[in-house]
Amino acid sequence: MNLTLKVWRQAGPTAPGQFETYEARDISEDMSFLEVLDVVNEDLNDRGIEPIAFEHDCREGICGSCGVMINGQAHGPGFRTATCQLHMRLFKDGDSITVEPWRAASFPLIRDLVVNRSAFDRIIESGGFISVNTGSAVEANMIPIPKVVSDAAMDAAECIGCGACVASCPNGAASLFTAAKMQHLNLLPQGQAERWQRTQSMVETMEDFFGSCTSHGECQFACPKGISIDVIAYMNRDYLKSMSKNRKLGGQGLTT
Amino acid sequence: MATQSSTEAAVRPVNRRPRPMPWPLNIYQTAVGKKWVMAITGLMEIGFLVMHMLGNLKIYLGASALNHYAEGLREFGDPFAPREAVLWILRIGLLVAVVLHVHAAFSLWRMNRRTHPESYRSKRDYIAANWASRTMRWTGPIVLLFIFYHLSDLTFGGQNPSFQNGEVYHNVVASFSRPSVAAFYVIANLALGVHLFHGAWSMFQSMGINSPQYNSLRRVFAVLLTIAIIGPNISFPIAVQLGIVG
Amino acid sequence: MELKSAIPEGPIEDLWDGHRFNMRLVNPANKRRFNVIVVGTGLAGASAAASLAELGYGVTVFSYHDSPRRAHSIAAQGGINAAKNYQNDGDSIHRLFYDTVKGGDFRSREANVYRLAQLSVNIIDQCVAQGVPFAREYGGQLENRSFGGVQVSRTFYARGQTGQQLLLGAYQALMRQVGTGAVTLYPRTEMLDLVTVDGRAVGVTVRDLQTGEISSHSAHAVILATGGYGNVYYLSTNAKKSNATAAWRAHKKGAAFANPCFTQIHPTCIPASGEHQSKLTLMSESLRNDGRIWVPKDETDQRSPSDIPEAERDYYLERQYPAFGNLVPRDVASRAAKRQVDNGRGVGPLKNGVYLDFGSAIDRLGQPEIEERYGNLFEMYDRITGEDPYETPMRIYPATHYTMGGLWVDYNLMSSIPGLFVGGEANFSDHGANRLGASALMQGLADGYFVLPNTVSDYLAGLLGQGAVGTDHAAFRESRAEVEDQTKRYLSNKGTHSVDYFHKALGHIVWEKIGMERTATGLQEAMRDISSLREDFRRDVRVLGSGESLNDSLEKAGRVADFFDLAELIARDALHREESCGGHFRVEHQTEDGEAARDDDNFSYVAAWEWQGEGKPQILNKEQLEFEHVHPAQRSYK
Repeated sequence: MNLTLKVWRQAGPTAPGQFETYEARDISEDMSFLEVLDVVNEDLNDRGIEPIAFEHDCREGICGSCGVMINGQAHGPGFRTATCQLHMRLFKDGDSITVEPWRAASFPLIRDLVVNRSAFDRIIESGGFISVNTGSAVEANMIPIPKVVSDAAMDAAECIGCGACVASCPNGAASLFTAAKMQHLNLLPQGQAERWQRTQSMVETMEDFFGSCTSHGECQFACPKGISIDVIAYMNRDYLKSMSKNRKLGGQGLTT
Repeated sequence: MATQSSTEAAVRPVNRRPRPMPWPLNIYQTAVGKKWVMAITGLMEIGFLVMHMLGNLKIYLGASALNHYAEGLREFGDPFAPREAVLWILRIGLLVAVVLHVHAAFSLWRMNRRTHPESYRSKRDYIAANWASRTMRWTGPIVLLFIFYHLSDLTFGGQNPSFQNGEVYHNVVASFSRPSVAAFYVIANLALGVHLFHGAWSMFQSMGINSPQYNSLRRVFAVLLTIAIIGPNISFPIAVQLGIVG
Repeated sequence: MELKSAIPEGPIEDLWDGHRFNMRLVNPANKRRFNVIVVGTGLAGASAAASLAELGYGVTVFSYHDSPRRAHSIAAQGGINAAKNYQNDGDSIHRLFYDTVKGGDFRSREANVYRLAQLSVNIIDQCVAQGVPFAREYGGQLENRSFGGVQVSRTFYARGQTGQQLLLGAYQALMRQVGTGAVTLYPRTEMLDLVTVDGRAVGVTVRDLQTGEISSHSAHAVILATGGYGNVYYLSTNAKKSNATAAWRAHKKGAAFANPCFTQIHPTCIPASGEHQSKLTLMSESLRNDGRIWVPKDETDQRSPSDIPEAERDYYLERQYPAFGNLVPRDVASRAAKRQVDNGRGVGPLKNGVYLDFGSAIDRLGQPEIEERYGNLFEMYDRITGEDPYETPMRIYPATHYTMGGLWVDYNLMSSIPGLFVGGEANFSDHGANRLGASALMQGLADGYFVLPNTVSDYLAGLLGQGAVGTDHAAFRESRAEVEDQTKRYLSNKGTHSVDYFHKALGHIVWEKIGMERTATGLQEAMRDISSLREDFRRDVRVLGSGESLNDSLEKAGRVADFFDLAELIARDALHREESCGGHFRVEHQTEDGEAARDDDNFSYVAAWEWQGEGKPQILNKEQLEFEHVHPAQRSYK
């Protein structure tokens, strides 16, 4: 099939950007969306035009590197699909496809379709972990974890950190990303010691960079892992508890 | 140990973190806390709307029933509290709720403007975000303006063509007899309905009330609640216009 | 070059304990005076960096990704082995050790493998404590499954995303240290040279991929955890950015490169669908637990798989290897599939795959159980091929997946350059000539969490009182100049073809001639072809854009240039190794029934190649392997 691509081109963070139109010819329906960009880039390179910069790596939907807005949807029209796993059988011959980078104040653009998502690392850094130094772990089966709890933690832990939730959110909120990590760790027995500290700290850091959740629910459909906004409700619940728990901990001479 | 400065491109915070206030005020300093406040105050407002709508249904029982009910509100708490005391406590409580609701909404709106300053250059194709969720920041102010008008019209009488203190039935009929006012009431209530439809569902999320078994019921609840409140509300001006009440 | 394996003396069970006791320590107050550079943030890199920072060392971490969480360890699906014997099925440290040495076709160091088996137990403890959500039984205990090449269930897993969960655990531990300031993290920064002074590794030269700035960083020790070189084949299951550049530049500075011809071809990948294919996707080997592999007996059979009756199907693995059946090791399964396809019995539109059928498993266990075990893999297959594996069998074909070869390291994981340590897939590793399933994650984490923190400390103890070499030292200046020069050369080259064009062409040569089956003539041809293609590449590659901003082609150009040199070395190594073992199969050396014929008398050694300078063939150094506990025997899975 033949397609027309309208792709956002921008030479650098402060350079002006605009859409450029490119033709993609002889596209097979077995190709992934990124392979179409490869084909376009090969052609551009041959014509002496700088190839389109886009983020990608594993191309099997797990590393979270790729991600663009395709026809106004984060990661395009595929359900539970990262851009690299979006296959062209979802498109028709002659389609015009608009490709735009993620847009949010804390995802500053680097070049073309590439944005800086390091604010996510700041959120993890603020509490998205269980503090256990190497060597200080107990025997693994000493901590029995009910299967349902483990499964629910895993559901949340599947997040690949691609940023589609932020990109799709009309508020530029990172609630789904933050809450998923929080639910993963807060549900597990190992995560209890730091639970309230983690919750408060991650929420505050999240709000340094991102907007607030107004329950549009757009993020859970953009999420390539189908993480549900139930995790956000969980975060909201734990946040209120954490404020009271941390006050009590603070009253016992601990600083929050 | 680098020869040159760190090359890591740090993303600077977009929002300024306030100095922490003492508990529980510090809860209100975060967006998640503000959403809690919006949910709780929203719930209070819903409670008021339900009572208000139920009381107003007495209009269909005639002038004396409605006026008697209105008088009952003023005497509520008698003989333990002075006349109108309980009513004013409720009114002040409601006022605080509305002020907090509006303040939280406004500051979250400003926050989200900062975090999402640029919109997409191409057309968005929303999957889940609906008209109601995306128009909260418009339906909210419309409802707020309506409340000002409504108070002035039927509580204080400033906007009413022939306001008589205590004669509720008369005042309502007088006001709703004006077609433009009746139309305005209907439109404002529809806006309120849209606001409620999203708010009454969203508050469960904000307060973390969720359970996979009952999650679909949250939407059902929001729809039924909206219909139950807005249906009767818009029937009043229509009934007056049609001459059913008058 | 003298290769000292530094294996301590003593009974194998006590080697690691005894060695740790004999190692020198650095007292807590002195630890902060030392700085260690870690390149790469996969399992080995992130875990090493976090653990060293926990100990109190200053750690500087480089990653070419935008976040440490993206490293390719994340894509490992199946699981991680550990000799916990939770299933009471006869497993033990000794058995894991035995299986790994045997699975590696007797080309690994016993002492290293034994240590790996011992540490496997601690890894699971550590990861569970970090919150890795491994699969559980209803009673809350950890669940295990079996994996190719072994007969016990010792594999721990987190759905089909074990690598992701383990990497996120290590990443979170790393980010905790970034938060405390113990680790300085440089994302989007690629290491382009190793700097040595007086034969010791003293730092690296890196390029900021966002601004193009080239800078040097010095340290007391450098750890490379930069992964394998599977992308030399162009089409592989490796991530697109995975490359050998950091390891190769270290090789050029004197680090020996060991066993490069030991590359693993994974049997269960989705076949290529056409010329446009940019990478191959692996379907976890765990699928072979319940899936049955077959091809139609009649090569002209055009029917859809569901219409082919049982009697007309050839379950060739079950037929040839009754004991292990579909669970034979990877190299055996891969070659068997290749033979079917080469004999014209391939399936699918391009006749380039074999069926992996879940029909009987679904009948036996029911669809919900299969969904529970492999749901996400089936979904992934469906997305890529548009076919539903619950209805129709999957099509699979082998693809390059893992490289056992890598930089030579001693028992302490130190390369032939003092101060340069290598962990994870980047070293020549504990897997010998073939890696068993679910062992890569184990090795990466054993290196990072438990081995390197100890052995690096021992090395640093010897440097007490010495400051790091300043980056104004001549060696650093020369290194920067060289890297700058190389960058400019690509940008000013007035060629006609893209980097990918040459990479594809290189991959084609390597796959055809240094792939699953190798011959002396093929390898000689490969060396000639690689050499002439390299000339074309240097003359005719076209890299657009500037060196001052994000430039994917420029990054790739440097990596592909290194792949050319590496491919040549793989061919040279494969040519010299006149035997078949593990992932290295020489057609000239096979048994009567077509199995690999090892030559223990002549080739029971690690081949460590030493760089001699641009355009000169590397020199071969040998480290003899001793087998005291597992006696080399013909592997049999029948």
